[in-house]
Amino acid sequence: MRNLHVKMLALVLVTIGVSLCWYKVTRLGLPLLPTEQAEVWTVEARIEFKAKRDTPVKVHFSIPRSPVGYTVVDENFVSSSYGLTTEDDGTQRFAEWAVRRVKGYQVLYYRINLARDPMAALPPTIASAPVVQIPEFPELMRSAAQAVLDEVRSKSADAVTFARELLLRLNAPTPDPNVVLLRQDIQVSEDWVRRIVNLLAAANIPARMTHVLILRDGISHGALTPWLEVFDGTGWLPFGPETGDAGFPKEAIVWHTGDSPVLEVSGGKHAKVEYSVRKHTQDRTLVAEQRARQMGSRIMEFSLFSLPVQTQNVYRVLLLVPVGAFFIVFLRNVIGIKTFGTFMPVLIALAFRETELLWGVTLFCVLVASGLLIRFYLEYLKLLLVPRLASVLIIVILLMAAISLFSHKLGLDRGLSIALFPMVILAMTIERMSLVWEEAGPAEALKQGFGSLLVASLAYLIMSSKTLGHLVFVFPEILLIVLAMTLMLGRYTGYRLIELWRFRAALRR
Amino acid sequence: MGFWTIRFPWERLRSLGVMGMNERNADFILPYNPRRNFPLVDDKSKTKALASSAGIAVPKLYGVVEIEHQIETLPEILAPYEDFVIKPAHGSGGDGILIVIGRQNGRYRKANGVLASVDEVGHHISNILSGLYSLGGLPDSALIEYRVKFDPMFETISYQGVPDIRTIVFRGVPILAMMRLPTRLSDGKANLHQGAIGVGIDLASGRTFSGVWHNTPIDQHPDTGGELAGLDVPYWDDILALTARCHDLVGLGFIGVDVVLDKDFGPLMLEINARPGLSIQLANKIGILSRLRQVERMAEIPTAIDERIKLARRLAASNP
Repeated sequence: MRNLHVKMLALVLVTIGVSLCWYKVTRLGLPLLPTEQAEVWTVEARIEFKAKRDTPVKVHFSIPRSPVGYTVVDENFVSSSYGLTTEDDGTQRFAEWAVRRVKGYQVLYYRINLARDPMAALPPTIASAPVVQIPEFPELMRSAAQAVLDEVRSKSADAVTFARELLLRLNAPTPDPNVVLLRQDIQVSEDWVRRIVNLLAAANIPARMTHVLILRDGISHGALTPWLEVFDGTGWLPFGPETGDAGFPKEAIVWHTGDSPVLEVSGGKHAKVEYSVRKHTQDRTLVAEQRARQMGSRIMEFSLFSLPVQTQNVYRVLLLVPVGAFFIVFLRNVIGIKTFGTFMPVLIALAFRETELLWGVTLFCVLVASGLLIRFYLEYLKLLLVPRLASVLIIVILLMAAISLFSHKLGLDRGLSIALFPMVILAMTIERMSLVWEEAGPAEALKQGFGSLLVASLAYLIMSSKTLGHLVFVFPEILLIVLAMTLMLGRYTGYRLIELWRFRAALRR
Repeated sequence: MGFWTIRFPWERLRSLGVMGMNERNADFILPYNPRRNFPLVDDKSKTKALASSAGIAVPKLYGVVEIEHQIETLPEILAPYEDFVIKPAHGSGGDGILIVIGRQNGRYRKANGVLASVDEVGHHISNILSGLYSLGGLPDSALIEYRVKFDPMFETISYQGVPDIRTIVFRGVPILAMMRLPTRLSDGKANLHQGAIGVGIDLASGRTFSGVWHNTPIDQHPDTGGELAGLDVPYWDDILALTARCHDLVGLGFIGVDVVLDKDFGPLMLEINARPGLSIQLANKIGILSRLRQVERMAEIPTAIDERIKLARRLAASNP
């Protein structure tokens, strides 16, 4: 009955722990390994113009609206004396800078950090059928356009196949005379996209121009690339205007949708915008963390990342203690190894984190050995227990100070970290060890002492694992699983490993 | 199960009914020994008082030293006694027991023959008082009591110290018993892991069979050469009855009762242990679990002592 209760409790704890982890890994993209790096694109738009004298300046600039396949890590605007507002009209986001009076040459920056994220949801688009305005073609072009459209119509079934067929025909390597006529006055690719939009409109198919920014590392004076979107009755499908391929280019984000200009400056002249793109890698944990914050996830509100950095560092260490404690439980109840003081090795292992193993072991040995020597002298004085313990504690602290000073003078700064040893624990260790020495002989005392040190070193090796430290800090709910395992071991009635040895006489028969 | 089946050591131990430490703690001590009754057995002076008032024979208490200051009056307390034992009230595993077998020139002769001054004895008591030997290092008191002159049966099979008889009693029914004989190696202590010899006793007849020392079977005492097997423990019925009564005394379901045999006073109850060790299984060459589980399954245990003894003998006879 009691076992069932413990099992149920453990099951509940494991379920909570695993599901929280699952949510964090799959939905928030928190990495399970500490070394995982995320690719982050830093895109910067540099807007410059010359302000007109004594005129209020208003800059209206399109900015990306949650690009598909990417997640916005962060976004900022550099504009010292300008007032800034951003707005979102459902298809497009804008930044609007305004200032009453400026002089001369002006530069504004917009910077966005994007991380690749296949999970990022599609932005909700308003997909009601747009009204198509039948365009007017010049006299000369009208018959050519009509001829092309007729031909395309006969070879297509719906809006999408129509658009593809049209693009194929318009971009054919050896174009027919009608197409040549339609292309001849085109100079920039924006005009070309506009021409295609008009042709599709003439066939009563809604289409629009979008501007994408192609992400390529090292672009410094880049520009947006115009792209084509065709309405297929339910949503907008992108097509390459020069190739006819469906979809946006790989590694690109939609910057601006519609025919309206990307940048409008009132009260300024010679306005231009340039884009620079840089790729770098960043710790995935940070990326996911920032992203989750942008998503407004409730779970991340309770993340340890929201604590001040100093407190974070404390918890990075503290959260490892349960793992060490579980290790001790395992050693005692499953293996059957006993140490001086139940959790002493865990605390020593924590100190080893600061000193590193070799130095830690050396300092521990020096400290315990000299402590023991002095303790034997105290034994001769026949002191009462508590004053004796206090004397050992005082001596341990004095020894620590002495070792720190000595190693500092020698230029061994590692020796300074001895100050992080848990001194009360050390004093108790020395006291217990000297008792065992008295009662069971030096061999037994050394055996137990080195046993404890070995356990501490093992605990250190486990607790200093980068992966483990990362896991318990990013997913503290893992400790619920550790708790569940500890509870289960609390009702473990099987043999300890050393009991197999202890009862070997029974086995031999 | 065919002979080709691999059986892991733990499976074989399980089939032998050997109980491990975890199982003892989780299935017997935690459920059957209520925490509130632990002080009755952890404090030997309480156990002693309880036993005396219930008419169970115990070694006579000469005095209790509770505070440091009383150590000064030690010579007066000890004056009437030629020999005595000093032990911590909360001791465990035989630690902190000082046996004085006589006096010489104002000094005390310890069991190992070494002379100790009054100051040394005083320091030992001081250590006891400050909690050196007590569980958890809590302040303790020291008991000074009658030194057991053990029964002649132990003469050839004990080396110094106090040999005793440990019986595991579950729900008032004696389950397993063994004799614990100190050796030179165990330094007069009767704990098997400290080097004492465990000799299994047939619960039904009270006769010893071969012993175990350091996990290996042994037929003669290593220091005295005395035969270990085939001895009849005197007062066996009384010992069984005494151990069964200890259960009623302290209200603990799973206990180890230590009994010494005095040549003048017969069986004396030395102490009760609420966390009895597992070595008794080695000494008896039998797993304890099958008997324990049989008793556990019983809806009711007879209240009469002789009924319980009968039950214990029946269990022992049916689980050789």
